[in-house]
Amino acid sequence: MTEPRIYPFGDSALVCEAPPPATLACQERIWALAQAARAWPHVVEVVPGMNNLTIVFDPLAADMEGLAREMASAWERAVGLKPSAREIEIPVYYGGEDGPDLQAVADHTGLPVDEVVRRHTAAEYIVFFLGFQPGFAYLGELDPTLETPRRAAPRLEVPAGSVGIGGAQTGIYPAASPGGWQLIGRTRAALFDPTRDPPTLLQSGDRVRFTVAEVAR
Amino acid sequence: MIDVMRAGMLSSVQDAGRTGLRHLGVAKAGALDGLALEVGNRLVGNAPQAAAIEVTLGPAVFRFMQATRIALTGAQFNATLDGAPVYAWWSLPVRAGQELVLQGPTRGMRGYLCVRGGIDVLPILGSRSTDLAAAFGGLGGRKLRDGDRLPVGALASTQSLATSIEAPAFGVKPPQWCRFAEVAHEPVRRGKHAAGAERAVAIRVLRGPEYDEFDEGSRTAFWSDEWCVTPNSNRMGYRLAGSALTRERHNEGEREVEMLSHAVLPGTIQVPGNGQPIVLMGDAHTTGGYPRIGVVIAADIWRLAQIRLGGAVRFVRSTREEARYALAEEHAYLRQIDAAIGMHEERMRRLAGRAHAA
Repeated sequence: MTEPRIYPFGDSALVCEAPPPATLACQERIWALAQAARAWPHVVEVVPGMNNLTIVFDPLAADMEGLAREMASAWERAVGLKPSAREIEIPVYYGGEDGPDLQAVADHTGLPVDEVVRRHTAAEYIVFFLGFQPGFAYLGELDPTLETPRRAAPRLEVPAGSVGIGGAQTGIYPAASPGGWQLIGRTRAALFDPTRDPPTLLQSGDRVRFTVAEVAR
Repeated sequence: MIDVMRAGMLSSVQDAGRTGLRHLGVAKAGALDGLALEVGNRLVGNAPQAAAIEVTLGPAVFRFMQATRIALTGAQFNATLDGAPVYAWWSLPVRAGQELVLQGPTRGMRGYLCVRGGIDVLPILGSRSTDLAAAFGGLGGRKLRDGDRLPVGALASTQSLATSIEAPAFGVKPPQWCRFAEVAHEPVRRGKHAAGAERAVAIRVLRGPEYDEFDEGSRTAFWSDEWCVTPNSNRMGYRLAGSALTRERHNEGEREVEMLSHAVLPGTIQVPGNGQPIVLMGDAHTTGGYPRIGVVIAADIWRLAQIRLGGAVRFVRSTREEARYALAEEHAYLRQIDAAIGMHEERMRRLAGRAHAA
């Protein structure tokens, strides 16, 4: 791997951006770097993105150059560190009212509904990072045969817990929100509960498997 | 208890916001004018981060169920307490049953009603702030409604004399609203501003990671335009209107290369496909995928938060040294406030001592 790009982002943040392409091996290194960065002085936020990591610090107390150097050397040390991975099962009610677009995905992919469900539950997904909404996980990788474009007209309200496919991505909406993904099912699991510690069901590095709670016909 | 007689356009419970949870997708929320919150809390003897009511534009009416002490900071409202004028940046006693009326502000966008003891809703994830997008925190995760009742915390009785409930009113000097950096040229107006919009407030900005990817015309427009704050703006972001900003190097072959998702922060200025920049505010999502043309320096975020919808903003090039100095100046201002309140406290104690002796 070549050197990452480390650059300031405003007066209170630094970004470490790994050279493309984004791979799981690279993301594991991002997680290891994140783990190290949490211990650095005056660092208040450590936020992994796709192939990059942003740290936010107290701009008056922290030494930006020192943190940048620390980041570069921690990146070197972060090679091949395997973060402890948790395995999370998420039971999904596929189709019917819970997954109004399951048939549309079947039609688009040319697969029978049962086969869409089988392939969606067969894979193990890695949580690359969280963002967008509290508890929203960016998962990799969707079986390419299930790829389906987003809906032409986004829904004004997608119910919380909806499991969807949007292009080459799959994911779960933690809270009711507008959304354009094809909804294939829904889970009763709470992806985000602010009264719980930690408040999110998923964390970066987790391995996720969808299981069939029911397939509505 | 405080009764919300009239909540107005958007009022919500806010403190300094949430930190340390962005990697879980949890936004900061919190007072958008954090400096006004800190000063207001000092004026009523609270910890600087205590929760207050953020009133956006108003008009709003609050009734106090018991005697307490309040301060109104941030926007300058036409405010009255049972008909008597209430000045911004003043600390004053309130009797049980009195009613505070906030008409529209004459200056600014958001006011902070700080109450002795703080608004005592249940802290969630380390903060009492309302996260309106994720619907938690504050009062039921939502904006205040007419008829709401807010609990007020109790302060230990060993409090200062100056900020005790009975003590007379006193005021402090507000922070400077517009400290203009040198601007070498007149801003360019693009004709989208409401008639009579005030002169654009200068906000100091550092170049963002993707700044150099914008074409020359866009980079020039970024610094020279007077940007209009559109009515679509909210606590998540200020959506601006002006010249369309376009990137030079965003096409590779036929397909537009999408950026990989990265963290975004309050103050990040991102440019979506329509070329109209959005400045992210306290409620913004934690990650995004749009190019980051600039970042507002930390010391100017509160200034931006006080620009009204339909108002104008211009961006002024800044440096990390200036950003740091501006923040240090802000801290110095807060120390001046502490010193002023301390001197007032001394005077109160002397007077109390004399009264005791007599």
